Amino acid sequence: MQFDSFSAFLAMGGYGFYVWLSFGVSSALILALIVNSTQGHKQIIKNIALRQQREAKLRQVRKQKSRPNNIQNNPSNEVSP
Amino acid sequence: MWKWLHPYANPEVSYHFTGKLLPWLSALTVLFLSVGIVWALAFAPADYQQGDSFRIFYLHVPAASLSMGIYFGMAVAAFTSMVWQFKLADASAAAMAPVGAVFTAIALFTGAAWGKPMWGTWWIWDARLTSELILLFLYLGVIALHNAFEDKNLAGKAAGILTLVGVINLPIIKYSVEWWNTLHQGSTVSKLGKPSMSVDMLWPFVFCFIGFSLLVATIICIRFRSEILARNSIRPWVKALVLAQVSLPTTKPTESN
Repeated sequence: MQFDSFSAFLAMGGYGFYVWLSFGVSSALILALIVNSTQGHKQIIKNIALRQQREAKLRQVRKQKSRPNNIQNNPSNEVSP
Repeated sequence: MWKWLHPYANPEVSYHFTGKLLPWLSALTVLFLSVGIVWALAFAPADYQQGDSFRIFYLHVPAASLSMGIYFGMAVAAFTSMVWQFKLADASAAAMAPVGAVFTAIALFTGAAWGKPMWGTWWIWDARLTSELILLFLYLGVIALHNAFEDKNLAGKAAGILTLVGVINLPIIKYSVEWWNTLHQGSTVSKLGKPSMSVDMLWPFVFCFIGFSLLVATIICIRFRSEILARNSIRPWVKALVLAQVSLPTTKPTESN
């Protein structure tokens, strides 16, 4: 251990401001990058899932449209999208 | 001879391989970085001239050399993608750019915070500092180009050209302290032969350097996986994977976005 007390550790021999500023800003930047990367991964999976669902719904609507007797069964939600 | 590499050119294989790698990489990152940072801040001796401000070195030097290393990796990926039309290389280049930009910013910021007490100024327009700032702008340009096109192949090509042109900046940064008069000191660690550094200071540096390198590898891995998914979203294996991971409300899908 290079320092006698915790306050000496914080003071960093008079350079405390510069040392802690460097380490603080760097860890904030790295943390932001990690959060951005992990959130981005989740977001992409979610976006792909949403798009898939939308496509599946569209396909279903098209299928029902091509069969006219289906429209008679449930005419309410068969307005063109 | 290189046949064993071929399966990894398949996005699905790469995705699962990096997925298996990720926990090991993150565990090693935490191990090396915590040992390195604690050692650097509390146990390494202070410099006889610079006192405790020298501890910024353990952050500044790994960040600066990684900022150049990542750029080199990105340039290799861009070249590979351009010559052999290898799609995954584009994905990896896109994954590397933001990580490189953040480490360049860290190198610049810690350099400023170290320069103020040692040189008496936060910033000076000398060769080393200016060329490192240009590296940051190159990274930002590459990120912007990757996001500027809807077509990811076109975006990768445009960003790749900028990346390859920007490679000229790497030797300029590396040799700026020898070619021009500068406030910035020369290399202390990577001198050929013996590093001009005490062993008590060198060991915490080695841990910090390996730790930051592992951190970079981990983050690039995460981003690379996202890029693979985004570029292969219509492939059946991605659809199956997404279905397994996300259970959206099936009755009333959110139409707001």
